[in-house]
Amino acid sequence: MSQPAVTASRLTKRFGDLVAVDEIDFELEVGECFGFLGPNGAGKTTTVRMIHAVTPITAGDLVVLGLRVDREPAAIKRRLGVVPQEENLDPDLTPWENLLVFARYFDIPRVEARRRAAEFLEFVGLTPRAGSPLDELSGGMKRRLLIARALLNQPELLVLDEPTTGLDPQARHLVWQRLRTLKAQGVTQVLTTHYMEEAARLCDRVALMHAGRILRQGRPADLVRAEIGEDVIEIRGDEALHRAALALVDGRTLGREQTGDTLYLYCADGRALLPTLSGLRPPHLLHRPAGLEDLFLKVAGHSLQE
Amino acid sequence: MALAWPTWRAVRVWQRNLAVFRKYSLPSLLGPSIGEPLLYLLGLGFGLGTLVGTVRGQRYVEFVAPGMVMSSAMFAAAYECTYGAYVRMMHQRTYEAIITTPLSLEDVVAGDVLWGASKGTFNGTVMLTVVSLFGLAHSPWTLALPVILALLSLLFASLSLVVAALARSFEFFNYYLTLVITPMFLFCGVFFPVESLPRWAQMMAKFLPLTYAVEASRALMQGRPSFDVLLPLLWIVPPLLAAFLLAARLVRRRLIH
Repeated sequence: MSQPAVTASRLTKRFGDLVAVDEIDFELEVGECFGFLGPNGAGKTTTVRMIHAVTPITAGDLVVLGLRVDREPAAIKRRLGVVPQEENLDPDLTPWENLLVFARYFDIPRVEARRRAAEFLEFVGLTPRAGSPLDELSGGMKRRLLIARALLNQPELLVLDEPTTGLDPQARHLVWQRLRTLKAQGVTQVLTTHYMEEAARLCDRVALMHAGRILRQGRPADLVRAEIGEDVIEIRGDEALHRAALALVDGRTLGREQTGDTLYLYCADGRALLPTLSGLRPPHLLHRPAGLEDLFLKVAGHSLQE
Repeated sequence: MALAWPTWRAVRVWQRNLAVFRKYSLPSLLGPSIGEPLLYLLGLGFGLGTLVGTVRGQRYVEFVAPGMVMSSAMFAAAYECTYGAYVRMMHQRTYEAIITTPLSLEDVVAGDVLWGASKGTFNGTVMLTVVSLFGLAHSPWTLALPVILALLSLLFASLSLVVAALARSFEFFNYYLTLVITPMFLFCGVFFPVESLPRWAQMMAKFLPLTYAVEASRALMQGRPSFDVLLPLLWIVPPLLAAFLLAARLVRRRLIH
């Protein structure tokens, strides 16, 4: 097996008294898409900022593309592409000029820079907008331009910090599609997201983060199957209804979770339980496949309820 | 986090700023940094000059001209590295974007200082050309003034970047411009000889770097270069280095977490 793209061991980041990232271990394989998943403040962004050698690590080891982040940040950054959470394009320059100016930071010769700028603008579907003033671009277009910008140095690893936060559904799907194409071309990706759906669609493996720690990591489907099961039944109603439902399905579920007015029942075959439960006539009854969101609720749920 | 020294890559930041500047060059050129000193020169030099007569044996407009050249560089560097740098640092997140590339934050800081200093030097040189066209330069030594302009601009670019790194909003720059830059403009021998100030104010003026730049450039434009006026220019170097290192440290503290 080839050398991993990223190896972190006991990686820690403290801001004063706050432990933002708390002795985490993970490994990224070449060619995979790895997602850090969790609520705001979980430590995802700090983790990826350490990976792209901008945030200094406090303790532990972090090796990116075979280089230590604390020793050779410039050499690492030369081989990475970064799509930041907050748009930081040059507002005074057109998309085309943005790319040419950025290519210079990587010492890409002018002719080659023009070739790549044209190629990647085409790739993200912005060729017709190459010369537009930047403020005429929508949020989705700017995000795609950031992706094109991150590709200029033909990175071995693409780091994406919440690549679709704040985008409308169409724009989000466009970004997803581009990222999947890149993955098919073999570009290793690491991203952060708080959208479970995004993680499930894009990531080969995920790390569920909460309060600076990784609670679980693995393939989304494996994690969900192992801890939740195949199906989830959601029942919304009052306390009495929840108790009645639990009594009816006693022994036939794999687990349960309760947040506010909703009871989640985890089971191998939800369909079999539906007839029994519908007899209670709950105001809301839903049977659906289990997903990462259920897993997240289960492993981090209790601390999320504050 | 240890401070790293900037590398030649700082030039990339300078090039970036030039690319943006080229799109908006005209308004910035006619803006306060050249327009204002020019108006002062015309208004005070030719207007007030008729009342003043001569200063140290020079026509007043000739006396004022070197100070106008120097202060135009000071203003240009100060505006660029306060408002301009602050917008890049905080509003546009340009610094953050650039440090995801092989450039370090010190490269970015050095690039912005070089850029501010270039604008100062350029503006000062344009002023110098204008002044020469008015027939106010009398010596080939005048051609050495851009060196002083560069030194002075580097100082004010670094100093202003310190202020930008500390600023919480644009209003903060009013303090700096009113309490630091304007006093330099008024008390460093631009409009009247430093000797005409009270003794304590003369002592203060000796701590203000613009004083030496104005004295030296006045001597050069009159064709009277001497070590007595040129050597004190070296006093600009220590504060320049200190301000640059402080700026780099403050920007790092502000942006790197």
